[in-house]
Amino acid sequence: MEFLVASAIGAMTAGGLYLVLRLRTFPVILGIAMLTYAVNVFLFASGRLTVGSAPVLREGVTNYADPLPQALALTAIVISFGMTAVVVMIALGAYLGSNDDHVNDPVEPDTEDRT
Amino acid sequence: MTHWIILPVMLPAMVAPFIILAARYHMSIQRVATVASMIALIALAAGLVWQASDGTVTIYRLGDWAAPFGIVLVADKLSTMMVLLTAILGLFVALYAIGSKWDERGRHFHALLQFQIMGIMGAFLTGDLFNLFVFFEILLIASYGLMIHSGGNKRLRAGVQYVLFNLLGSTLFLFALAAIYAETGTLNMADLAERAQMVSADETVGLRIAAVLLILVFAVKAALVPLHFWLPSSYAEAPGPVAALFAIMTKVGAYAIIRVYTIIFPPDLEATAGLHTQWLLPAALISLALGMVGVLAAKTLDRLVAFAVIGSMGMVMTAIALFSQEAIAAALYYIIHSTLAAAALFLITDMVRQGRADLRLTAQAPVPGHLLIAGLFMTTAIAMAGLPPLSGFVGKLMILDASYTSPLMPWVWSVILISSLIGIVGFARAGSTLFWKARSIEAETAPKGAPPSALAAIAAGGLIALLIAHTVFAGPIYRYTEGAAAQLFAPEAYIDTVLNTPGKLSPMTEEN
Repeated sequence: MEFLVASAIGAMTAGGLYLVLRLRTFPVILGIAMLTYAVNVFLFASGRLTVGSAPVLREGVTNYADPLPQALALTAIVISFGMTAVVVMIALGAYLGSNDDHVNDPVEPDTEDRT
Repeated sequence: MTHWIILPVMLPAMVAPFIILAARYHMSIQRVATVASMIALIALAAGLVWQASDGTVTIYRLGDWAAPFGIVLVADKLSTMMVLLTAILGLFVALYAIGSKWDERGRHFHALLQFQIMGIMGAFLTGDLFNLFVFFEILLIASYGLMIHSGGNKRLRAGVQYVLFNLLGSTLFLFALAAIYAETGTLNMADLAERAQMVSADETVGLRIAAVLLILVFAVKAALVPLHFWLPSSYAEAPGPVAALFAIMTKVGAYAIIRVYTIIFPPDLEATAGLHTQWLLPAALISLALGMVGVLAAKTLDRLVAFAVIGSMGMVMTAIALFSQEAIAAALYYIIHSTLAAAALFLITDMVRQGRADLRLTAQAPVPGHLLIAGLFMTTAIAMAGLPPLSGFVGKLMILDASYTSPLMPWVWSVILISSLIGIVGFARAGSTLFWKARSIEAETAPKGAPPSALAAIAAGGLIALLIAHTVFAGPIYRYTEGAAAQLFAPEAYIDTVLNTPGKLSPMTEEN
């Protein structure tokens, strides 16, 4: 199980990084989504991998899973979902406004009036 | 009295929903609420500074759960100083936004400003790494909204970059946190400080990776070369008052580095020893040089100021990377100076922008309110470039003095002095083109726009007055930062207060 989880995290991170480096908004957003999945699994794994053990104290149970990484992953999931939605909206606005979905810096001189 | 600590976080968190829910269509009520809450925050922060000034560390346990199981807020000299700085900056930014009517150009400016302040305050006060992440996210979420406030294509495009870069930073932060948790089983800073010492010498791989990841995350926040790419275009495109507020955001990164690398990974910890001299110091010196070269090379005023911010962060990080008590004290003094100066420069840039066709550094007809803006620019440029008599010079002297005993002294001195010279040339060139040559150009049409409103000028002038006060009271302020540095290098009091204050679930009550 350790090998499976570790290789899944590694594959997702590698795929995410590759997509982020594509420098166009849609692949970059997908890449960030993959990176956040990878990090959420990694957060889970930081509490050691156990099968079928309870995270909540109860009488008669001797094997416990660490509940804290689950709480951390929950917070991280909420934040990353919300942020992905925000970046999709902003990227869509930028794309529709300038008809260009590149992420890198535009080089044209600064002549537009900004008010 | 202990509830004081959470008020800097709670007050903006309550004012912001009030503004959205009750005062949505009443700009004047929003303005009054913002200014009133900022003044209250300054009073609160001043109280906290006064409370911490004798060296006491105060702790606030949320839900009365004892650390390390519960979440704690901790106020020591360093965090209260940063809280006060944030509150003061917040007031002037709010005043400028009101005076220049930036807050009317989009929706929810005041609410987002409050949330941003809440996130920054929380990041300074928290005693727990995961909550540092959460407060980072709060301040970033608000800053995304502020960054694209009042819209426009260029701003949206710069906003996409800014959001994506920070999302990557957040992901990296989570990787670092998971690695730390996997190695030590805790994320409370004081508890981590004890457990990091216990990790046996040959099993430190995970801890070392975590330490490097963390310093990368904070370096992204502090815009340290080579992780500075996001800063120039986002700061240049952000609305003027927002860019001024962002001047404190790079300092959050510097604060986090100081905090984490004095408490959790102190210089004498074998696993991470040498991290700052080998990696942080060269990066800081390159940022300093690159920032000042950028000042000289910039073609527009907003980029020039953004590069000046990178340069001044390089200066702060150079002092931090030296990692002696005097160097940290000098770095803290310089952090105050650099925040105020950078914020004032962004406000002045915005005033120039109102009166010109564009911000290119070419001679154009004088902007309305020419003399006033030129005077403000000159004073701030003197401060930012580190010329006497203002606090930039005093701070730079302190940093040079602190590096005197370091073996890397020739490097530090030469980079600081040469880059200062380049920065001075850059600022002088920009100022003379913008304001001096403008006198010789005949205005073909009536000057565009009105001179800056009195309130806007007062906000920018107030920041400059604070810079002057920062110079005049350099002695007392340096004594305070010296005390803060001494407290950082003797973290026993901090660790003891956090871990041994009894609460629910604390070991002491279990034994009874």
